[in-house]
Amino acid sequence: MWQKVYEELNDPGLEVMAVAMDTPEAARPWIEAAKPTYTSLLDRDHHVAQLFNMVNVPEAVWIDEEGRVVRPAENAGSYDGFRKRDRATGVMPAEAAELTARAKRLYVEAVRDWAIHGYRSRHVLDAATARQQMRPLRDETALAHAHFRLGCHLQRIGKGEAAVRHLEEARRLHPESWSIWRQTAGRNKQGLAAGPDFWQRVDALGARRYYERVKLDGMP
Amino acid sequence: MVTVLIDQQEVEVHAASDAEALWLDGADLGRVTGFVLKPEGLCKGAICVPLPRDGRDFARADGAVDLAAIWRHMGHPAVHDETGEVWALGTGAAARASTLAELEAPDFALPDLDGRAHSLRELRGRKVLLVTWASW
Repeated sequence: MWQKVYEELNDPGLEVMAVAMDTPEAARPWIEAAKPTYTSLLDRDHHVAQLFNMVNVPEAVWIDEEGRVVRPAENAGSYDGFRKRDRATGVMPAEAAELTARAKRLYVEAVRDWAIHGYRSRHVLDAATARQQMRPLRDETALAHAHFRLGCHLQRIGKGEAAVRHLEEARRLHPESWSIWRQTAGRNKQGLAAGPDFWQRVDALGARRYYERVKLDGMP
Repeated sequence: MVTVLIDQQEVEVHAASDAEALWLDGADLGRVTGFVLKPEGLCKGAICVPLPRDGRDFARADGAVDLAAIWRHMGHPAVHDETGEVWALGTGAAARASTLAELEAPDFALPDLDGRAHSLRELRGRKVLLVTWASW
């Protein structure tokens, strides 16, 4: 998805910096298959999630030429259509598929508008709106990131049992973070943290979104 | 030796963990945190964070300082493993929120697949779509 965006919009001045919230081992085959020509980085400790207060993937931040944030961390055009899939067959109803495609299209159109028009783009937020759109940051969130960092390090130095305690503490302290939850959850055969406990957690959202609605006109 | 995980760094330092305290030589404080202990408080460049006048909780007569207590005093989380051999010093919610509210993208450097580091700052002068993904 981002390769096409990058090829089209690099000339008008857009760079794509993709960051994998993942272990290098898990991210490698995906990057090797996609062969991106944009900057593609590995973030095994989820530093970027901590720095920008992100809770899921994909999330994006728009940063201008001077390093100013013109759209803070938000869902990068994903939609909850996957929740409407038939869990036996994997088939997504046509309406959910249409909304999923629309969300992605509208998001890419917004990125294109910004890449071409810069500050004249209506999708660039003024400072007050940008601040207002930031998700809240609690003391527990900050503490969770510290435990997550510690847990990841302990895992790498072979202290798996101790690691699990800190990763579980991170999950408990920051329940809004799907990134922390899924990074530390068990995987299925496809390498996805999408077992019964994942679906139970998704179902518990009820009317709340898994992918927060992007605040763009017309976005489902 | 104690491993201190701070910002994106991993620092090895001679230190002694004692329950929730992390004692290290005052001279090492700067190397680990960038902060230096001065009469006016804890200073990084021109900025100083005042410490309570009664400094007994933070510094000992032998020159050792309790980094964990100092860090928590500044409003940041300090957590450790059960052996006290590894500590993670995070950034507190208030400090993070105020940085985010400034709307200056914080810089970071991360490796690509070949281990080469790239920083956000290298892309200054261009618009950057910073976007995350994962295999999970």
